[in-house]
Amino acid sequence: MTDLDTFRTDTRAWLEAHCPTEMRQPILSEADMCWGGRNWTFASDAQKQWLEVMAARGWTVPDWPRDYGGGGLSADETRVLKEEMARIGARLPLYSFGISMLGPALLKFGTEEQKRHYLTQIARGEIRWCQGYSEPGAGSDLAGLQTKAEEKGDHWLVNGQKVWTSYADKADWIFCLVRTSTESKQGGISFVLFDMETPGVSTKPILLISGNSPFCETFFDEVKVPKEQLVGEINKGWDVAKYLLGHEREMISGMGLGGGGSLGAAMKPADPMLRAEIAAFDVDALAFQAMSERFAAMWKAGEAHPASPSMMKYAGTELNKRRNELVMAAGGSDALEWDSERSKTGKAPRDWLRSKGNSIEGGTSEVQLNIVAKHILRLPGA
Amino acid sequence: MILTDDQKMLQETAASFLADEGGPTKQLRHWRDTACTDGYGTDFWKKFGDLGLTGISIPESQGGLGLGVTEAALVLEEIGRNLTPSPFLATAVAATRAIEGTAHGERWYPGVLAGEAVLALAVEEGPRHAPEHTALAATRSGNGFVLNGHKQFVVQGNSADMVVTAARTSGSPGDRTGITLFAVLKGAAETERVNLADSSKAARMAFDNVALDADAVIGEVDGGWAPLSRALDAGRAGAASELVGVAAGSAALTFDYLRTRKQFGKLIGEFQALQHRAAHLYGEIEIARAAVLKAAQSLDSGDERAELFVSVAKAKAGEVASLAAREGVQMHGGIGMTDEHDIGLYLKREAVLGELFGDVYYHRNRVAELSSY
Repeated sequence: MTDLDTFRTDTRAWLEAHCPTEMRQPILSEADMCWGGRNWTFASDAQKQWLEVMAARGWTVPDWPRDYGGGGLSADETRVLKEEMARIGARLPLYSFGISMLGPALLKFGTEEQKRHYLTQIARGEIRWCQGYSEPGAGSDLAGLQTKAEEKGDHWLVNGQKVWTSYADKADWIFCLVRTSTESKQGGISFVLFDMETPGVSTKPILLISGNSPFCETFFDEVKVPKEQLVGEINKGWDVAKYLLGHEREMISGMGLGGGGSLGAAMKPADPMLRAEIAAFDVDALAFQAMSERFAAMWKAGEAHPASPSMMKYAGTELNKRRNELVMAAGGSDALEWDSERSKTGKAPRDWLRSKGNSIEGGTSEVQLNIVAKHILRLPGA
Repeated sequence: MILTDDQKMLQETAASFLADEGGPTKQLRHWRDTACTDGYGTDFWKKFGDLGLTGISIPESQGGLGLGVTEAALVLEEIGRNLTPSPFLATAVAATRAIEGTAHGERWYPGVLAGEAVLALAVEEGPRHAPEHTALAATRSGNGFVLNGHKQFVVQGNSADMVVTAARTSGSPGDRTGITLFAVLKGAAETERVNLADSSKAARMAFDNVALDADAVIGEVDGGWAPLSRALDAGRAGAASELVGVAAGSAALTFDYLRTRKQFGKLIGEFQALQHRAAHLYGEIEIARAAVLKAAQSLDSGDERAELFVSVAKAKAGEVASLAAREGVQMHGGIGMTDEHDIGLYLKREAVLGELFGDVYYHRNRVAELSSY
């Protein structure tokens, strides 16, 4: 038996012994996901227990170093853990922008002290993060951001506004892009971290066409940010920002996987024209699944192009929009019920409307295509 | 889902061999413009043999490389990229798998290994892929069988020394049982050579009371579906990989053109309308390649979902190669419509490979059926 086989056997036994039965049920709504943080209310004892046992083992972030609260697993071991969790239908113990976005950036750009301080809290689910990137005047043209940070001795004084800040009203801390120089567009941006309870920070939820409010406007009025909360060098935050965006795009591309099952098998379309469209979709979805597996392997092996998350994000989000369109078509008038005795939460129409944001958030499809044209295809003037 | 070191080495060998000797000027155009009846160079096929490539799917115990569909697919992507005409897919990938483990393997493998023998697979009887609907009648007669009916789109059929032919020994068209494979030697059936759109050759074969001995049967009487499926699935994954190569080769020409052609005083690759189409195409080719790798690996590992992944790969690669070739001709403008430029050759090749062993619609339907809807 190889070491990896032994790891699989041990992991399987450990998961069987420690994953509560309730945590092996499919996630049906937002309430089933554990986001952690200092104000988190666990939905059940099982949810709390699952987070605690996994965090104790470092398996909320299995491939992070043990010194920072991770599991110290190799790429192969991480894959085996994922496969074994999937085998019993185990939920992720923790959903976190700290894990999927900030963590990788801190691992690369953070100081030793920042890593020990923030990464361990992220790994244990003790701190919930939001992302301060977009502004009213800086969407696709993100580097045009204007939120100002003035140097004031031992701290920065931050003034300005962010928008599309996911869960800003629920987050403990923010990772935020600020302008520390007007001399250069991209070269005047810095990357800072601060507590959302700092005086001068306020948030206002944005009601979306889906009827839900996953995003906020976030305002900064004379917010004091200690100097040591800068990540990377001053005026070099754009490098951190871009690196983090790669991880964000990789995460978002995962929505192209849907639930993993066949749409046609779930919908059983009777109309032959619709069946043909759904079959075409299922081909694309299964091909994208293969791409996603291959991309993960190539990324870990260092064989993927650094700009390839843009290709993945574009393909995955366009696929998810198509999936929602087909769910609406197959559902007919049932899928139009916003709230009714039959469909209390109006999942189909709300998911459909929410999915329209997929190809906008994290950089629009058009921006991703620009990036592929410029950095991968090296087309002129791109 | 990344290649092993051995696989990367094979890929590099195939890539340099085919880029040096398999390109359109040396092979495709040469044989087309000299009206060669085979459509490929017989000496060139021997070189495949010298490199061991003709024995890629033949077991090591019988002198071959004993490699999987994954390795064959790597070679086929390079064949596709260079539009190289050869019997590699028909002979070394599809037909050799149909005769695996039979006396016919013993009989034909040495010739294939030497790059001398050519084998083909005769399945189609109508213009669209429908292997279950095999109707060519094989009736028992004395110690053997008599065949009556016809076949078409038998790729390399007019050059083949032996054609693996699917016939019906019982049941009705549409049944999977009752199909039997026969080894039909050159000259046994009346064979018309057909020049296809891409200048590759296929055959129409007429069977008018063709008498065969009992030992012409490959495997079990009425049990031909299993070896036929094995050959078809390897052929489909292989054709899909060749299509990825066609797409990549065509896209490479197109992207180069965008970087060099000037209009309105600038390089046309500066126009965002073209950049976005090019970037979309790039992603689709990457996805098709991943789908092909998944299919090939699942065939090699005996994954129970292998058939599903094969159909996903053939449908996706067909769609993407078609997109790459269409966009290629359009973005090249007028020059893309000329015979002088190679881009049009990709369009023709994609059309033939897309049809071979089932087109996009056949395989989308198969995905639906395998997913129970």
